[in-house]
Amino acid sequence: MSFHITVDGRPVPVTPGQTIGAALHAAGVRAWRTTRFGGRPRGLFCGIGVCFDCLISVNGRPPERACLLEAQPGDEVTTA
Amino acid sequence: MTYDLVVVGGGPAGVAGALTAALAGLRVALVDSGLRLGGQYFRHTQDAGQHPGHAPALDRFLRQAGALGTRAEVLLRHQVWSVSREPDGDLLVHCATRAAAVTGTAVAGAAVIGGAPTGALGERAVVLRTRRLLIATGAHDRPLPFPGWDLPGVLTAGGAQALLKGGGVPAGRRIVVSGTGPFLLPVATGLAEAGVRVLGVYEANGGLGLARHPLLALGKAGEAAGYAAALARHRVPYRTRQAVVAAHGEHEVEAVTVARLDKDWNVLSTRVVECDAVAVGYGFVPQVELGTQLGCATRPDVDGSPVLRVDATLRTTVPGVWAAGEPVGVGGWRLAELEGRLAGRAVVADARPTLVTSTTRTTRTSTATPPPGDTAVVPGVFARRHQRWRAFGEALQRAYPVQPGWQGWLRDDTLVCRCEEVPLARLREARSLGATDARSVKLLARPGMGWCQGRVCGYAVSCLAGEPQPQPPRRPIAQPVTLGALASLATPEPTADADATADATAGAAPGEPHDDHPAH
Repeated sequence: MSFHITVDGRPVPVTPGQTIGAALHAAGVRAWRTTRFGGRPRGLFCGIGVCFDCLISVNGRPPERACLLEAQPGDEVTTA
Repeated sequence: MTYDLVVVGGGPAGVAGALTAALAGLRVALVDSGLRLGGQYFRHTQDAGQHPGHAPALDRFLRQAGALGTRAEVLLRHQVWSVSREPDGDLLVHCATRAAAVTGTAVAGAAVIGGAPTGALGERAVVLRTRRLLIATGAHDRPLPFPGWDLPGVLTAGGAQALLKGGGVPAGRRIVVSGTGPFLLPVATGLAEAGVRVLGVYEANGGLGLARHPLLALGKAGEAAGYAAALARHRVPYRTRQAVVAAHGEHEVEAVTVARLDKDWNVLSTRVVECDAVAVGYGFVPQVELGTQLGCATRPDVDGSPVLRVDATLRTTVPGVWAAGEPVGVGGWRLAELEGRLAGRAVVADARPTLVTSTTRTTRTSTATPPPGDTAVVPGVFARRHQRWRAFGEALQRAYPVQPGWQGWLRDDTLVCRCEEVPLARLREARSLGATDARSVKLLARPGMGWCQGRVCGYAVSCLAGEPQPQPPRRPIAQPVTLGALASLATPEPTADADATADATAGAAPGEPHDDHPAH
């Protein structure tokens, strides 16, 4: 059954087997980091692990690709 | 221990190849970066994987994937970043993974010949030793840059499809689909059937429309008619010689400029369409890095993309290395699956003497090992089907070329490289400094030096640099890998414990051959 992760402290529902990126999109969160130089917003682009646009930090770990990372109950996601 | 075959890629080609070899009694491992087998075409939600009853093709794939799971090691969430050759001829497949290593499971026991977990949070290295390699790494979207293409809400067509098929999430509520090629049709119909509004499919090529779509001319009437009917049912307009040439918005995409194009894709007129998502794709880039790392020869595909050169049995120019599916030429999932099977047969034919020899040493697997014989590797019926479907794939590529007019859609400040945030002006500057190829442009202006290593912008940079066609990738590392994972490789070579685990694993798997290299 569905569970929740938190995004900047806010609960976001997840269907089991969804990636972090899919759960964020479903919740209307489509940008979660900014670029180094221009500060431009970034979220999913290629969706299959190629472009690295969707990097995100989960549970304090170094950034990972949100499109490849399966959401786990209790995951805490921090956006930039 | 040494595998008879390691397959990289768990899509139609990889699963077919791995299963063909495993059913013949070979010791097989399949590695894939995804959460589930399927690749792009058979990507599915976790729920769909557990409850079959979908499209017949997906159900059949899921049955094959299930069968593979009982006969081979399947390592999901493993990224292959390099393949190297050992002095004895074996290949080492270097993977990085954050997947948990559970001691005693098939995955942990058989996989780890070097490397150790760095704790539940870290990435670790896994190295597989194998006699043979099958490269079935598929392809990714080929995007073209345009003003605003880096706004959130603009996704590749494949990205929108992956989000929908793998996560059950439409990319937006009011979506525009644009680009070129037959792939736009399933993307648009999938989104429409998911209940979101598809405002239009803008196909930059063709003047024919759906009624004379090349799929029809090529005998795929059922497939094309299915898409046409679905688009009509959901009142989705399909417009040819039109494309999204700019996206607008502050923090996310809010609207796009749709242009009417001439046959070279120069803009004739424009209008603005409000939307909250864009799915855009201009064909595919085959993922050939592992092959080029090993020295496999390439050839230009119909559209100029470098693909691996193979013979009729899908053997590359490097001994022990086969390739199937998009890395040998873009042609879709049916062709990929057929090529996977053919490659699997070729691998079995190559491995059989070894297996027969080992059977004389132990009879444990004698029933699982087919008798030796002068089997034709590719029976005529398969060879003819292969040629027909390959020709079909090439015809589709010819029908949907990328025309040069897209370069006129860009402005000086349009980012070409998203990772390093390189605008068109800096590429032009590099050219004015004398750079006439993508590599020189990269050294001067940095496009392609970021996280994606030029996978996203590589085609565009090649065109903008004035190259006649993109050069084969020269990436010594096919995927970013953490220093932590590399450090975890510094553990000693296999221990007695590791061997014991590997043997126990092999014994537990039904139909497995014995280990023909039991000790080191």
